Amino acid sequence: MLDLVLFYFFATLAVVSALLVVTRRNVVHSAIFLITALLATAGIFLQLQAEFVFIVQIILYVGGIMVLFVFVIMLVNLDVAVRQLQFNRSWLVGVVLAVALGAQLAYALFLGRTVHIVGVPGELKAQNTEQVGQVLFQNYVLPFEIASILLLVAMIGAVVMAKKRI
Amino acid sequence: MNALVEFFRPHLMPLIYALIIVAVLPLIAGYIVLLERKIMADMQARLGPMRVGPHGLLQPIADAVKLLIKEDIIPENADRWIFWLAPLLSVTAGMLALAAFPFGPGFQIADLNIGLLFILGISSMGIFGIVLGGWASNSHYSLLGALRSSAQLVSYETAAGMAVVAGLLLAGTLSTRRIVEIQAEQGTWFIFLAPIAFFTYLVASIAETNRAPFDLPEAESELVAGYMTEYSGFRWALYFLAEYTNMVVVASVATTLFLGGWLRPFPNVRSLAFLDYVPPLLMLLLAGYCFYRTPRQPTKVQQAFLVAVGLLCLLLGVVLFLPMLPLTFGGIEAPSLKPAIHGGFWFLFKVLVYMYVFMWLRFTVPRYRFDQLMKLGWHFLIPISIVNVMGISIAVVLYREAGWPRGVALFLTTILTLAVAAYLAVVGGRRESATMGGAEGSA
Repeated sequence: MLDLVLFYFFATLAVVSALLVVTRRNVVHSAIFLITALLATAGIFLQLQAEFVFIVQIILYVGGIMVLFVFVIMLVNLDVAVRQLQFNRSWLVGVVLAVALGAQLAYALFLGRTVHIVGVPGELKAQNTEQVGQVLFQNYVLPFEIASILLLVAMIGAVVMAKKRI
Repeated sequence: MNALVEFFRPHLMPLIYALIIVAVLPLIAGYIVLLERKIMADMQARLGPMRVGPHGLLQPIADAVKLLIKEDIIPENADRWIFWLAPLLSVTAGMLALAAFPFGPGFQIADLNIGLLFILGISSMGIFGIVLGGWASNSHYSLLGALRSSAQLVSYETAAGMAVVAGLLLAGTLSTRRIVEIQAEQGTWFIFLAPIAFFTYLVASIAETNRAPFDLPEAESELVAGYMTEYSGFRWALYFLAEYTNMVVVASVATTLFLGGWLRPFPNVRSLAFLDYVPPLLMLLLAGYCFYRTPRQPTKVQQAFLVAVGLLCLLLGVVLFLPMLPLTFGGIEAPSLKPAIHGGFWFLFKVLVYMYVFMWLRFTVPRYRFDQLMKLGWHFLIPISIVNVMGISIAVVLYREAGWPRGVALFLTTILTLAVAAYLAVVGGRRESATMGGAEGSA
């Protein structure tokens, strides 16, 4: 019962603030609603007892990426952004894409209609941070390292492009 | 109704603890401000606040009342909504982070298995309060302060995170309670195993709480008051509360991870058990001092107040002394209460010592220039902490798998990191004097 209430609370919060992100004229307000949406998603992760994913969502998206977003927004001239057109006019393409995405989602729901997720299996409750670490560093260590080298290359590339003299 | 009672039963104690923390923290923050002013006065050979109450003991209350009844000013062109929200964000983030600390063996709101990550993640959200507050004020000083602040926080978070990782490698768990218990089992605080990690964390935490010598976001000679220039009254008080809450949070992280949390010094050495008598004796001494000073107070009210403070100290001393006696209270033997009661004392004591170092540095070291601050973070602290993490992970493998003595492996790591630090300092100094030429070469 309480789980259901909490789920609908977080879900509504996420959806409403996601809508507000695209409809607000003020970019900083949009950023705040984006933070709210990300936090609500983190709440849903927590409800699934995926604490590690919950905190990584907060540290990476809210504490890292959104800080940089806000940082950049503050350097942008906001008066220009307010006078610009908020949505572009190619609504035909938009409708087609929205219908396609909606159909996909509906099909997925249709496929999953017989599966009832009653609750989280009991063994997940204990210590899933350690389990994530073990899976990441034992079973999938090669993809993990490749991904981290990719990030390193991207970072060095950004530094090289941004700096004139190294 | 019954279902409601059943639902709340397991959450009762955490709720009470949370209420205690939320209710007491503003008071503690106020008295830390008084303590800071007193320490500052002592270092500058002054008396500090003396007028309100004996030795200025009522000053925080008077300040709080003054701030509460002040006129609430919002600048005309400010973004009212965000202006209102920003201080709240700062305070909420700091207070939420306190939920995961074990103040004593049983005194903890929640023992999370992501403990330290939770604290780092939640307290990093406090930066939004600063950035948004600075932006919403619609003032150049505020915006510049906010920009400096976010740049500084992002830079130093890496170093602080790496220092925490070094501690976690030694502990092998993220749960704050387990970290303290492991320090008790291993018989040593982690500061002795990873001193460099502790000092990196010390420097990074001063920078993260925006305190002198790294208080550039609110450097009063350049930016008036930085991001809180336009704030006044209660909202300003909230920012101040957030700053001191963040100090308590970083001090608690250091206490839990490096200074043995609620453990008394040398918890496993039996011959030093007399240290258990220090907390009650300290309180009794304080009470005695209060009574000794009472006749010298100028007015009746001040005398009465000082007597009350002395009685409070006496009461605390008695509470701390009771578990030392072989008594039973309603079936619970007194000695089993000892870790719970004394744990809180030692935790608070360590937090206060850590914060004393903060204040000490604030009144001793002059403020850094912004480029020096960034250079210290990126060119010195981050490389050192990365080398330290690598060294400690190798040392952990050496003593766990290869059977080296733990002390030797970790000592070699410390020496290696110190060597890297010395190299970086020399190279950095040389590069600086090469680029700057003669005039500012000494900076």
